[in-house]
Parts: sequence; C-alpha cells; structure tokens
Amino acid sequence: MIDQKQKTNLILRARDLNKNFGGVKAVVSVSFDLHEGELLGVIGPNGSGKTTLVNLITGFIKPDSGKIEYRGRDITGWPPYRIARIGIARTFQMIRPFAELPSFKNLIIPLYSPRVRALSGGKYGDLDAVAKDYLEDVGFERESSVTYKPAGSLPHGYLKRLELAKCLALRADLIILDELFSGLSIAELASIIPIIEKLVSEGKSVIMIEHRLRELFRIADRIVVLNYGSVIADGVPSEVMEKPEVRMAYLGSE
Amino acid sequence: MKQRRKERIDRGIKARSDDVFSLNSYREMLYVALPPLTPVLLLIILPLALPSYWQKVLISTCAFALLAMSWDFLVGVGMVSLGQALFFGVGAYIAGISNKILGLPIWIDIPVATILGGAVSALLLAPVLRLRGVYFSMVTLVFPLMLERIVEASGVFGGTEGISGITPFPNSFIESYVIVFVTLFALFGFRRLVTTDYGLVLKAIKDNDMAVMGVGINVYWMKAQALFISGCVGAFAGAFITHVYGFVGMPSFALDYSILPLSSAVVGGMGTFAGSFLGAFILVPLSEALRGIGGLRIVLYSFFLVFFIVALPEGIFHYVQRKYQQFERWVEVDK
Repeated sequence: MIDQKQKTNLILRARDLNKNFGGVKAVVSVSFDLHEGELLGVIGPNGSGKTTLVNLITGFIKPDSGKIEYRGRDITGWPPYRIARIGIARTFQMIRPFAELPSFKNLIIPLYSPRVRALSGGKYGDLDAVAKDYLEDVGFERESSVTYKPAGSLPHGYLKRLELAKCLALRADLIILDELFSGLSIAELASIIPIIEKLVSEGKSVIMIEHRLRELFRIADRIVVLNYGSVIADGVPSEVMEKPEVRMAYLGSE
Repeated sequence: MKQRRKERIDRGIKARSDDVFSLNSYREMLYVALPPLTPVLLLIILPLALPSYWQKVLISTCAFALLAMSWDFLVGVGMVSLGQALFFGVGAYIAGISNKILGLPIWIDIPVATILGGAVSALLLAPVLRLRGVYFSMVTLVFPLMLERIVEASGVFGGTEGISGITPFPNSFIESYVIVFVTLFALFGFRRLVTTDYGLVLKAIKDNDMAVMGVGINVYWMKAQALFISGCVGAFAGAFITHVYGFVGMPSFALDYSILPLSSAVVGGMGTFAGSFLGAFILVPLSEALRGIGGLRIVLYSFFLVFFIVALPEGIFHYVQRKYQQFERWVEVDK
C-alpha cells in the first residue's frame, strides 16, 4: 500500500518547521511528506503541537524557520486566504458556525471564494442550490428542516458535517481536519467516516489531527506522531504504535 | 407552582407574507407595503409641507441619517467606527476644493467628492484594517481630529478661515429632493445589499473572520470595500452639506458628525438601517426643538438619550417591528 502511494506525486512537503511562542517550543524541526490521495493521521498527546502544525500549513501562523511546499510551490509565509485559494482547506477545532444563518447559508461563504468562482468559469450562479447539494453530500437529508435551521441550533454531529461540507464546497485538493471526530458518538462516526473514505477514493489528500485513535487507525494510510513539538514516529498505523517512544509518550515512562 | 410568562407569536399575516406570499385582500397588501412606504411618502411630502427653517433641519437630518446608516453598515462588518466625521469631512473638503478652486460645477463635484471621498477614507484606514475591536475604533476617532489640526496648523485649504463662496443649489426645492432621494436610495440599497451573497460574506467577517479567511477570501480587501461603500455615503453627506452652507472648514471634522450617527443607530436599533434612519429622524429634530430652551438643552437631550437606551435597549425600530409582526399574551405555565 505504502509503496504504491509513494510512486504518486508529492502534494505537500514540510521541511524543518520551527515555531516558538515566547519561550515555548510548539513545533521543533518537523518534516513530513504527503502524497496525493493519501490519508495522513497526526496524533500526539495534548499540547504536542498538532494544531500549531495545522496553523503553520494553512498560513494562520508563520513559521520561525523551515519550508512548506505545496505541489512543488513554496508557500511558506503566504497569507491564509492565498493558501486556501490554491486548494488547501481546513476545519477548525473550535467550531464557530455563523449561528443565526440557516445551515445551507453557511456554505455561501466558501462558495463565494475566488477559488470556486475560478473553477466554475467565473460565474457565481445560484449558490443556494449548490449549497444544499453539498449539505446532502455530507448527510443532511434532502429538504429536511436541518438544512434550513439556524446553524446555531444544530446538534454537534451536524455541525461537524457542516464543517466538512465547507471543505467540499471549496473543492479543495488537500483537506486538513482538526479533531473532526471529537465529541461524536459511535453512530455519528459511522456516518461521517464513509464521507472521508469517499474523499480519499476520489483522489483528495487528507490530514487528520485526531485523538480518536481506534477510528483513525482504521482509515489512515500513514501516521505521524508528535510529542513536545517533534516528530517521534512516522509510518503505517500498525508499526507506529509498537515503537517504544510512542508508547512512552502516551502511557508515560515506567 | 403557577407562573405567568409572556408569549410572543407571529401574526398570521406576517407568517404568510414571509414565505409563500399568499395575500388576498387590500388590507393584507397594505400590511406588507406600509413599512417601506411610510419613510418614502413621509420624505416626499415633508419638503413641501415644512416651513423653510424646518426644511433646513430636514436636510441636516437626512445627512445625519446617511452617516448613521453608513456607521451601521460598518458595524455589520465588524468595524465600530468612532469617526464618521472623517468620511463627512473628507467629502466636504473635496467638494469645496473641487468647486471653488478647480471650478467644477456643482453637479460634477458632488459625485466626484462622493467617490473620491470614499476612496480617500478607505485608503486612510487601510493600514489599520488588521486592528480589531476597540483598537480600530481608537484610530477612527483620531483621524478626523488629526486632519482638523493639520488644516489648522498648516493653513492648507483656507486653514482656520475655511473656504467660503461655494456654489449653492439652484433652489431649495432641488436641494431638499436631492438629499431625500439619496437618503431613501441608501436606506433601501443598504437593506438589499446585506441580504445578497456579498453582504452575507461581509457579515461573516464580523462573526468569524478566521473561517472566512480559511476559505480563500481576503478579509482585508473585503473590509476595504466596505469602508469604501460606507465612506462614499458619508462623503456624499459632507459634500452635500458643504453646498448647502456654501462653506467648508474645520467644523466639518467636528465630533458631532461622529457621535450623533452613533447615537442615532443605538437609539433607533442597529443592524437594520431602518433603525439608524429612524434614530436620526428622532434625535436631530429633537435637538433642534430643544434649541429654544437655552442652557439646559444638552441636559434634556442627554436625558432623552439615556431614557431611550435604558427603556428600549434593543432600539426603537426593533421594538416597533416586534409589535407590528407579533402579538403578545400572558400565559400561565407550571413551574
């Protein structure tokens, strides 16, 4: 599986990323590769720098040093909106939907993006209809009331799916999901995992920051483990958990 | 234990006119048409009905209503401005200079001042678009005060004397109707604008600018556009008033032009434009009416302001709207 993937194109290449907040080293010389159509899981204990890594890739935080390449293009230090325009979408750990807007209207924002306009030939058209289609793709029942309810009143599971729909609406090639599974029930997970698997089968690349290891290990092609901001393991799920460093980071030293 | 609770229910006609629009009597059509028609009819009749002094009051009320609506629009994008006087003053000076010094006729210099004023205002504030909340507000507060002092210290554009002898409008009839129509256009234009997809994106910037940035929209560019739109409306008010007084000077940057629009919007109710419009039409004439009583004018005026804010914190417009669309009744509930 891995050998096969490595023959495909590199989509993201991070080299020697560093970020300090005051004296705290949040990310320490992190390097990793991501191939097209690959699902990469990023795990690590709390405070190990996972979300900082996402913010570095998506431009919300600028690295102190290091380099990020997307499809061979150096995107280090680009502002977030430029990075999103070339096809990197993300969800946020803290979900803050546009609460008083109906759910489908929340998707107008990504659909209004210059990226979507460029991809659809410079026209905007009827965004409401397109928005409802995307909501259906993530499991909002067609013409059901949830589509029209204010996003602030949606249950947690639907909010997570709404976040995912935003990435779909942006027609991103690389999707970064920051703790998408957190707070979801087993039933909700069962309905959201096929959506992600479908994305990967369509050739999209996905990076998932997760604490729900069992579910992640089932779908991820590769896992990167962070601890105190450094990569301590990088490999297929079954091997990664066998490493003593990883066991120590998660379970503590004896 | 039994308790009483107030229950609010949408009137049937409100629900019907919201969505499916099945209206079947003149009474129901009137219900829908009345709210937008009231300001239109009122503003068209008032210039004909008012004595000449109150016509001038109407003009300055409209100018403040424009400033209040442009303030309301900026708040909707997450920018709380404490310096609408910047827009007003820049528009006023551009109109004065292009009319008196460059010799442009009145019908050209007002549009020029409107567009150019909006652009200059947006450019001046562009460097601080990254500032949020109170930090942005502080800068907007400083700009008009600073420009006023620059004019005073450097003596440019007439310095403390200002520029006088600016072409007046041909007659008071034209004068009144120009600003009346622009005010109505701004009121309905703004209300329409915020419901479009573009307006939705602007509103989203206020709610969560990170999420907007994360989908590839440059929020600073969008904010600059909002400043331009708001600036144009404010600059028009300034340019217009300059021609009414035939004079432009340092008072164009006065604090009044920053504070009154803000209090109009707060008293009238924010976020609807109709509220800030209504607020200006209450506060400005009120302040004129109180002029007769002398020294205690400001005290009384402030008392009114505080009364409105305490009694109707949601704003007069929201209160009236709720009464119009819903009925209330007391119901007994088990606790």
